[in-house]
Amino acid sequence: MLNVVFQLALALLALALLISFVRVMIGPRLEDRVVAMDLVAVLTVGMIVASTAGTGQRGLLDAASLISLVGFLGTTAYAWYVERTQSS
Amino acid sequence: MIVLEWATALFLLLGASLGLLAAIGVLRFPDTFSRMQASSKASTLGLACLLAGTALRLPEVSVIVRLASIAAFIMLTAPLSAHIVARVALRRGTPLWRGTVLNEYDSAKCNAGQAESELRPSELRPSR
Repeated sequence: MLNVVFQLALALLALALLISFVRVMIGPRLEDRVVAMDLVAVLTVGMIVASTAGTGQRGLLDAASLISLVGFLGTTAYAWYVERTQSS
Repeated sequence: MIVLEWATALFLLLGASLGLLAAIGVLRFPDTFSRMQASSKASTLGLACLLAGTALRLPEVSVIVRLASIAAFIMLTAPLSAHIVARVALRRGTPLWRGTVLNEYDSAKCNAGQAESELRPSELRPSR
């Protein structure tokens, strides 16, 4: 039973990633793309965690924590960049 | 234990469905701020459910510590990054949805501009 559940959860998360990539492509403004990329980072962390539960590979969790760190840094870097460009 | 397996399956499916709901909200909502709300709230809850399911599946100290650190970091930084992106979007003049009822930022900005331009201490606090 659990194998089917893992596959189903990974399929749902992959569909969610696909939908948010559609928003990254069609997003009319820069903020929409940033929000969608933030969601992509969180969904990637979720996929890594779900596949850790599926396969039992403990080392994948380090990659998940690293991606969550880098996703927050990306959002902050975007905000810094936009405010710098507007003030100058 | 069969109860633990059912709880794992429930948490994983709930987390994946919440992630899918967040993505659908980001695709379907009308303006940037409502998309941001769907993204930050639903994805945080979905990720918390996925982490809880994994912690029930692999109940070891090293796994649980890493999962708890990921959960703490995501729950600390998701509202923070949503706040930063919303502030930048407001300052860049991102258009709101046409059905928006209340925009407190514009009225506050008008009042502040009036108070700064007149520079009289008696009228620094604008009267309604």
